[in-house]
Amino acid sequence: MDGQHQKQKNKYSIIVPTYNERLNIGLIVYLIFKHLRDADFEIIIVDDGSPDGTQDVVKQLQQVYGEDRILLRARPRKLGLGTAYIHGIKHASGNFVVIMDADLSHHPKYLPSFISKQLETGADIVTGTRYVKGGGVHGWNLMRKLTSRGANVLAQTLLWPGVSDLTGSFRLYRKSVLEDIISCCVSKGYVFQMEMIVRASRKGYHIKEVPITFVDRVFGSSKLGGSEIVEYLKGLAYLLVTT
Amino acid sequence: MKHIVKILALVVAITVLWIGLLQTSVIPDSYTWLLPIYFVVSLGCYGLLMVGVGLMNFPTCPQEALLLQKDIVEAKEYLKQKGVNLPLN
Repeated sequence: MDGQHQKQKNKYSIIVPTYNERLNIGLIVYLIFKHLRDADFEIIIVDDGSPDGTQDVVKQLQQVYGEDRILLRARPRKLGLGTAYIHGIKHASGNFVVIMDADLSHHPKYLPSFISKQLETGADIVTGTRYVKGGGVHGWNLMRKLTSRGANVLAQTLLWPGVSDLTGSFRLYRKSVLEDIISCCVSKGYVFQMEMIVRASRKGYHIKEVPITFVDRVFGSSKLGGSEIVEYLKGLAYLLVTT
Repeated sequence: MKHIVKILALVVAITVLWIGLLQTSVIPDSYTWLLPIYFVVSLGCYGLLMVGVGLMNFPTCPQEALLLQKDIVEAKEYLKQKGVNLPLN
């Protein structure tokens, strides 16, 4: 079996940026190990100096699962998402990199489908999408859904990106591809995710999608306000003229 | 080619087509003058329709929230057993 052989060879570095996620990080690490039994992987936790003791929990998890499987690569303070990924990649030993949020909105049970999709198609990027059959969102009110649909229609009409979910951040990248695109992405927050996938699409990388479900933050709060919408529109304009 | 150039090219092409129609008078001029308005209105309708359809078919997954709660309980139990101190909430 060629696929089986490749599965042995590939290594997946799962980068999880955290800030004050001491509970969620424990849960997510457990769930990753539960659902990824037959793949070679490492979890790289990039913690931005959480004051709540996230790093202490990570050290305890290292005792349980091994320091070679869980890597704590902390930074002194909050330095932004984009640079957290760059920081994580530097320490990644796998040939594939998975990026996911630590807040449990991204469930590790979908990791095998990302991996098998990549093996089947040879894709450079596999991105999780909430907006197809089998995917979905839980915990959004009507306003949030309306904003999300509006933003999506606008982006699809203006950018023709070729993927259905631009702002989702649960993705698997070939490491070299991620290194290539991340260096030219300058946006922040939601727009950063959109910029990554649009630039990848423009560069002609092979992108595939898998359905994922998204359960909005269980512990902690999630925010989407007027300023986010303005940032989104600015980001859209920026991508229109630069890609 | 920057994406904005593609979109502008499309706009220019449509404008040229429209001016062509005005010049040749294939259809009565009074209709031709109204075409840009129809175009903008139909673009707006398309947008609203897409948002509406998207909203109506918005995929939700309430069962996933329940499954996640089960996973959380399971994870907490396992980690507690292994001696990892997680906060209660």
